[in-house]
Amino acid sequence: MSKEQLVRKIKEGTVLDHVEQGRALQVLQALNIDGKNGNIVTVAMNVSSKKLRKKDIIKIENRFLKPEETNRIALIAPRATVNLIRDYQVFEKRKVEIPDTFVNVFKCPNPTCISNSNEPVSYIIDAVRKNPPLLRCRYCGRLLSPNELI
Amino acid sequence: MRNPFFDRDIISIKDFSRSELEYLFSLSNRMDSLDREKRRNLGRGKILGLLFFEPSTRTRLSFEAAMLSIGGNVLGFAHPRMSSVEKGENLADTVKTVENYVDVMVLRHPMEGANRFAAEVASKPIINAGSGTEEHPTQAMLDLYTIMKVKGRIDGLNIAIVGDLKYGRTVYSLIYGLSNYRTRIFLVSPPQLRVREEALFNIGDKIKVSEHGDIREIIEDLDVIYATRIQRERFPDPHEYEKVKGSYVIDIDLLKSGKDDCIVMHPLPRVGEIKPEVDNTPRAKYFLQIYLGKVIRATLLASILNPNPYALF
Repeated sequence: MSKEQLVRKIKEGTVLDHVEQGRALQVLQALNIDGKNGNIVTVAMNVSSKKLRKKDIIKIENRFLKPEETNRIALIAPRATVNLIRDYQVFEKRKVEIPDTFVNVFKCPNPTCISNSNEPVSYIIDAVRKNPPLLRCRYCGRLLSPNELI
Repeated sequence: MRNPFFDRDIISIKDFSRSELEYLFSLSNRMDSLDREKRRNLGRGKILGLLFFEPSTRTRLSFEAAMLSIGGNVLGFAHPRMSSVEKGENLADTVKTVENYVDVMVLRHPMEGANRFAAEVASKPIINAGSGTEEHPTQAMLDLYTIMKVKGRIDGLNIAIVGDLKYGRTVYSLIYGLSNYRTRIFLVSPPQLRVREEALFNIGDKIKVSEHGDIREIIEDLDVIYATRIQRERFPDPHEYEKVKGSYVIDIDLLKSGKDDCIVMHPLPRVGEIKPEVDNTPRAKYFLQIYLGKVIRATLLASILNPNPYALF
């Protein structure tokens, strides 16, 4: 199958390019995109890339993701580029940035944290340092590396 | 100074500045010498709710005694089996129920972050009486107050915290509390029970901290030894426990090699970390901690319940 077929242009929507190889499904989960609203979502995994050698690409048609949405994937796909497309043309291109707080993106890995109980509580992970990233659970206070969350 | 504790949750000692802690200590001095009848006006008509999801002797009775000493009343449960938690009720609903009956709540829970979450759902103040291995802020308040009372200062002291530094929640609150002062902290533990990295990260470079395997290396420098219990169940191999436990026992022999006025503290309960022979020496301050704990908690409750407790003294 040729590269052109895999990455064919969409008319309207968001293209997430340069997603780390194998992380596309995690990205969709972090964005709460499950396809149930009827928009076409195309996922290409293990696509050849000059920059990453291999990469994943996600195209979400008819939806324009805001920075606060795409920043949710900043730990999963730190090198991702976000392209907003209108009438087949890129009208906005941006990188993802680590937000101050991730809400319900990652579960706290500490099994005795209250956020892992049957309480009506959200998973809230704060970024205490952005470069290199270091996170902390808002509830149990544990320091967490990105690897512990992804 | 305006009362910084009025209507406030006590979740982490990190939330309190040095001047706020010193407000509490200064008011506690007055509480300690306050006429019994006057003291009973501070909490008159108020009710403290105790929510203990984990066993406790000292902390629960200390809060109970403290509330009674300021003329208030106490209700609650000392074990989840004595509540609807046994039927599967969650913490949020338990807190939202109990807060209808009380003015302030004391919560102990086995999960880290439980108190922070409870404070989010409650409209009445929550006092953290221990949240998993995370923190025990009122223990640290009474620990700092004991040091202040005995030594007359906290600045400039060399303090060793010994034992289970990984899982002991009192350790974390004490480290954070001490980081408000110009102290030097020595952390003494077996390698498998070293302090979690969050403690060192949270205090940053505010004070000098070093880690040690053997208290004998540093005993000569110490003004305060704060011993904690090493729990056998933390060691997968019982032989490992037997090997290390002896290195962390405080006895007269060890103390003789240190300063004459080096004091010994412990949040209790102890299981052999301090030999009974130390109990009757002037160095032993762990029973004084219990007494001062009641004073601090009475002051804290009075300060949470009254906008201007000084006016009532």
